[in-house]
Order: sequence, then structure tokens, then C-alpha cells
Amino acid sequence: MKFLRNYLNKVKPSFEEGGKLHAFRSLFDGFETFLFVPNDTSKSGVNIHDAIDSKRIMSIVVISLVPALLLGMYNIGLQNAIAAGVADSTSWFSMFLFGLAVTLPKIVVSYAVGLGIEFTVAQWKNEEIHEGFLVSGILIPMIVPVGCPLWILALATAFAVIFAKEVFGGTGMNIVNVALVARAFIFFAYPSVISGDAVWVATEPVFGLGAAVENVDAYTCATALQHAVNGAPLAGAAPDVVLSTQDMLFGFMPGSIGETSVVAIAIGAVILLWTGVASWRIMFSVFAGGILMAMLFGYTMPENPVAQIPAWQHLILGGFCFGAVFMATDPVTSARTETGKYIYGLGIGAMAIIIRVLNPGYPEGMMLAILLMNVTAPFIDYCVVQSNISNRAKRLTKKK
Amino acid sequence: MHRVVKISKGLNINLKGAPVADFTSVEPARLYALMPADFTRVTPKVVVKPEDSVKVGDPLFYDKENPELLFVSPVSGKVAAVNRGERRRVLSVVVESDGKFESVEYKAKDVLSLSADEVKASLLKAGLFAFFRQRPYDVIAVPSDAPRAIYVSAFDSKPLAVNFEIALKGNEADFQTGLDALSRIAPVHLGICSCQKSQALTVAKNVTTTIFEGPHPAGNVGVQINRTAPVNKGEIVWTIGAEEVIFIGRLFNKGKLDFTRTVALAGSEVKNPSYSKVVLGAQISNLVNGRVENKYELRYIDGNVLTGKKTAADGFLGAFSTEVTVIPEVMGGDEMLGWAAPRFGMYSTSRSYFSWLSPNRKYTIDARIKGGERHMIMSNEYDKVFPMDIYPEYLIKAIITGNIDKMEQLGIYEVAPEDFALCEFVDSSKLELQRIVREGLDKLRAEMC
Repeated sequence: MKFLRNYLNKVKPSFEEGGKLHAFRSLFDGFETFLFVPNDTSKSGVNIHDAIDSKRIMSIVVISLVPALLLGMYNIGLQNAIAAGVADSTSWFSMFLFGLAVTLPKIVVSYAVGLGIEFTVAQWKNEEIHEGFLVSGILIPMIVPVGCPLWILALATAFAVIFAKEVFGGTGMNIVNVALVARAFIFFAYPSVISGDAVWVATEPVFGLGAAVENVDAYTCATALQHAVNGAPLAGAAPDVVLSTQDMLFGFMPGSIGETSVVAIAIGAVILLWTGVASWRIMFSVFAGGILMAMLFGYTMPENPVAQIPAWQHLILGGFCFGAVFMATDPVTSARTETGKYIYGLGIGAMAIIIRVLNPGYPEGMMLAILLMNVTAPFIDYCVVQSNISNRAKRLTKKK
Repeated sequence: MHRVVKISKGLNINLKGAPVADFTSVEPARLYALMPADFTRVTPKVVVKPEDSVKVGDPLFYDKENPELLFVSPVSGKVAAVNRGERRRVLSVVVESDGKFESVEYKAKDVLSLSADEVKASLLKAGLFAFFRQRPYDVIAVPSDAPRAIYVSAFDSKPLAVNFEIALKGNEADFQTGLDALSRIAPVHLGICSCQKSQALTVAKNVTTTIFEGPHPAGNVGVQINRTAPVNKGEIVWTIGAEEVIFIGRLFNKGKLDFTRTVALAGSEVKNPSYSKVVLGAQISNLVNGRVENKYELRYIDGNVLTGKKTAADGFLGAFSTEVTVIPEVMGGDEMLGWAAPRFGMYSTSRSYFSWLSPNRKYTIDARIKGGERHMIMSNEYDKVFPMDIYPEYLIKAIITGNIDKMEQLGIYEVAPEDFALCEFVDSSKLELQRIVREGLDKLRAEMC
């Protein structure tokens, strides 16, 4: 790899101040530090450093998302085949290929738009490019329905990166989760592509892969939660609604691309918890909050069909697991104090179920619950830190 | 029995090249330097010119704000140079030794019969007062203050640190006299480690001894203060290094100044890491020459890997330094895709690396930062290695934003830059925390004083 290093050394001067390609300095810088660990040594303070850096942390998160992404791709193909009535004659591999063909353009668009903005801002502010979008860029395609058009995805990504992140000062300074803001943007600006019965299953072939679903209007492919809101039982009555527990766990049901498979998300959760990248306090308390609230509703609201979904099913349906594992644990937008993390997590879990049960218009509450608690997190931390401050003040008055 | 304080948060970094309990004799250096930058807060007024002859104890400069606070020559000989930098700032006063170490004569005194003012006066006159630091602000103490207490930590828990029991051997009587002298000024708190068995420490007289157990930073005097009686706003606590207590003892017992230290040469690039008797401020050439590997470009550190300053092979030992550490500057540079590679040989507290698999392995860590500076992203990184009742992240943020009220409320009076050294080591955002804390303390001091 010596020639690559030599080549970079050779072209480096033209990207520096006064060089011909100075306008692309942030791009060069980004790729150089991506390819080679900088040889910079410490100038002040400690003379040695831990090998961990934010590139490593972000890449761990991306790795932990891969199982959910791959299973999500397979599920897209599977749902398409079921809808077209050819599930028995389609191999799992061609289902996966179809899912890949549908998902890849979304990933490419999300990264191209987001990183484009990041590089421009880094160039403008004369800063190093930050890695935060590596994670957001893969999260955004995973939390939208398969039917979301690319131009809306691009618009949402641009909105989220600019107004949820860059205006606050970039990675580490944002208040709300960037990927969720992208989703919320679609949710409020283009509700028809992210809710209802028609968007969760791909109905047209792509690159000659997949099957066309005839009579699209007659086929409903709502998510499990949508059915529950409509009053249909999860298992039993209508044939297209029957969901076995196994389907729920592996995620063979309609839903956003990455959110359906509990098993794949669990693999990601293990990676995140083992490496310590995500906080177990938050993850644990989101589930605890969800269970408690679902049980409470189960006892108190016998007429409400959503409240009657068993608590454990609430946790494995919809975006609950995905949100708890990958979204709530975002270190920047979650509570930062240890005590605060418990409160923050419980709040998300409880609020998600409250929205699911009490809101008649929209079946899923995880996104709004996390966004709400993102906004609340600084206040939770403020209260926790304030108790330390008042203890110190008490110590002082006791002394006097 | 003494009170035992257990510390659970912290980190012992297992580095290659810890000094063994053995002495290597080195030829005394020819040049010795006193660097005003070591004495934080002090604006020096130099009182010697090149070619002046001095004895051990003759002042080289004094503090402009407190003219009675003298900084004295550690050797006898003649002044070789007064080095100045930008805007005539004094960088160092260099003295060429005549090899005799002839001291100014002071009278040997029975410290326990002296008053606090008499002890202070003796220390000021002999230039030993310069070794007192104070909390808040972690600066050189002001002689006219009346401290609540004086804290001495008798062990250093940093990686590759010196074992004070080795320095103490043969100096037990002077150490006790030094503690006696301090106890005349204010109540003295001695922090020792549960691993220390020397009688001079375990049954030291005229002090309140506390035993600390746990990983680094258990040996940091700031942690010891915080865990016994935290510094409140308006209070002043003095701290002094354990070896400097021996200097004080020598003054009162023998009536002479003797700045001989037990200095360790440590680090992965040192052939036989061990101890040597070296006088304060010595040029380190004689200490390091011929004793280091030359596989890599080397970084010579005046002090510890966590808190020391980068120097050169012909640099000088700082006034407070008890060791010289030598590590590689860059080892295996131009690392390709390092953030994704397994990096088996690298040390990290994160489980995304594999060093947790071999807890007893000793590591060589070079001086690379291994990442770019970012905003604070991960939470709870600092808390894991910061055993004080303070929220380090929030304190750092208050300092960065210059919020004086918040700094006070969050406990800045209790900390020194060295307390944040471990946080800086583990920080994945690679912020220069010790520099940030130093600037915060300076800013606050400028506002308050």
C-alpha cells in the first residue's frame, strides 16, 4: 500500500491553501484519514492515547446494523412474492436480490445527499469531516417503507442534515436524532408514502427482478399494528393478516425496511452492548417502560384493540426494537448522565405505547416517542446535574 | 488503624518499561536548569546574570507578586545562561555545576519547637516554599495564605510511575522531619497506598494518614482531597510532593539544602528501566545516553506519560519531575484503514479492540493521537475513570463555554489538570482536556483574584 500513500503525499499539496484543488480540501482530507490513520502525535497533555476513535465507534454501529439490513432485504423480496402469489416458486436468493435492488438505490441516495452536505459544510467551516453521517446515512433507508420514492428520501435527508444537525454545529451538537428527523419530515410532509395500507410492500419489478403485483388496489398490505388499529385480530380472521410469533421474531411481515426482524436486531444489540458503544441502561429501560405501560393499558382499557395486544407482542412489533436498540441509544441525543439514562429510556418505552394505544390516527409511536424524549433529555440531565450542584452548595453552607 | 478509602473508578494502563527496584549510577550532569513555566502562576524576576557564581540555595529568580517567594539554584557553580523567548519571557535559568554542591549554611533546627511563621520563614528563605501548590487553581501557593490543610500523597499510581518507597529508603528521618515542619503550618494529611509497608509511612507521626486502595488515579492528591474533605469555595488547601517533603526535612535536620532526587528512567524504549540519584533540574543527557533503543524516532518525556512534557535527549528535568520516560513517537505509522483493522497489538479500554482478552499483557503505546478531534460524542467515557463526586463532562463543557458560574457550581475548585489525564487518554473525541482545564483555572483565577 506504499504506492497509495506516496500518491496521496504527491497530490496533497494541490489541496492545501493556495493549491489548485483547494475547494475540495475537505473531500481529500476525509478520504486520506479514512484510508490512513493520521500520524499526528500529541502536542499537549497526555503523551499516549487510547486506540479508540470516533471512526471506530461509528463503524461498529454500522456493522451492528448489517444483520437487520440483510434480513430486511430478504423480507422485501418475500413480501413482494407473497403479494404476487408466487412465494412458493421463488427462491430465497432471488427474493434477496430483489430486496437488494430495491434498497441499494435508497442507501446510495441517502449517503450521496448527506455526505455531500457534510463535505460542503466541512469545507466551508474549514473543519475535518465528522463521521456521524456514516451511521445516519444507513439508518435513514432502513426506517422508511419500501415504497418511499427516492426524491422524497433525498429531500428528507437534506432537510435532516441541514436543520437537525449542521445548524446546531455538526455531529455531537445535534439535539434530536438526525435519521428520525428525516423520517418525521416524510411523515408530516408526505404522509401518504409512509402510512396507510399501500406502501409497505414492493409491487413492481426492479431491474427484471421480483414480481409485479396485479390488482394493486385490491391488495392490502398493512403492517401488523395498522391491522390492530383497524380492529382486526393479529391472528385468526383474515387470511392475509395471520402472523405467527415466528414471523414476528424473524420479521417476515410488512414494515419499514430494517425494523421488522427482532432476531437480526438482537444480533446488532449484542454487538453494541458487548463493545460498550450503546448504553445498556437506555436499552433496558426502554423495554421496561414499554412492558409496564402495555401491561397497564391491558388491564385498564379492555375495549381498545391495540391495548389488548399482549405486552410482549408490543415489543416485537413495529419499530419498537429497532428504536430501542439503534435510535434511543444514540449517545449524542440521549441523556448523558447515568441516572438520566434510566428516566430517558423509561420515558421512550412508555410514550411509544401511549401513542400506539391512545392515538387513533397513526399506529406506530416509537419515532415520536424518541424525538420527544430527545428534546427532554437535556432537561433530565439538568435535573440530575443540579442535584450534584446543590449538594456542593449545601456542603458550603454547612461549613459556614 | 487508619481510615481506608476504596476507589473503584479508574484505570491502570499496563505499559512496558516499568522501572525495576534497582539503582543505576550516572555521572552528575554539567548543566542544571530551573524553568519558570514549571511554577504555574509565577511571573519571574531574574536576579542573576551569566557568569555570576552561586551556591545551592542562592536565589535565581523570585515571584514578582510575592517577592519573598524565592526560586533557588539546585547546584553550586556559575550561571551559564538566562534563556528568554517571545516578549522576553524567561524560559530557563541554566547553571553550570562545579561538581561540589556547596550549600548556603542554614541552622539545623528542632522544627517541633518552632511556630508556624518561623517554619514558613525558614522555607521561604531556603527557596523550598516554591514546591507548595494550592487548590483551588493548582498554582504555586501564596505565602501569606492560611491553608485549611496540607495534603501529601506518598504514592504515585500513574503508569510507569516511581515507587516512592525506593526514594524513601535512607531518608526516613528527613521525611518525618519534613512532615513535622508541615504540621506546624496546618494539619497534614498523608495519603498512602495499601501496598506500602514502610514504617516511615504507616506510622508517620503528626499527620492524619489515610490508606487508598484502587486503580489510578488513587494516588492523585486531588482525588485524595476529594474523597476525604473536598475543597469548598473560599478554602485553600496546599499540596506538596512526597519527595519535596524530604528536601524540607534535610533543611531542618542538617541545616543544608540538598536537592538530590531518586529519578526513574522508564518507558518501553529504555533498555534497563531503573532508578538513579539525580539532582533537581539536571540535564538528562547523562541519564539517557546509551540506555535507549533506537528502533523508532523517540519521544523523551520530562515526567510521566500522562502528565509530562515532551522534551529532548538534552533537555532538563523539570522542578517537579521524578522520572524521565522514553516512548516511540510514531510506531508503525501510515496505518491503513486502522479504524476497521483488528489491531491486535493495540491497547484500548474499548471492547471493539482485543486488549481486554489479555489483561496482563504489557503494551508499547506510541505518541500518536490515533484519531481526529471531534465534539464530545460518547457519554460516560470520562466518568468511568474519574473517581470524584463531580460530573467531568459538564465541567469540561462549562469551561469550554467560559461559564464561570457553572464552573464554580460544578466543582472546578477541587480539580487540577492532572486529574483529567485519564479522561484525556480514554477520550474517543480526542479533546485536549488537560489544556482545557488549565485554561479554565487560569481564567477563573484572573476573574477572582
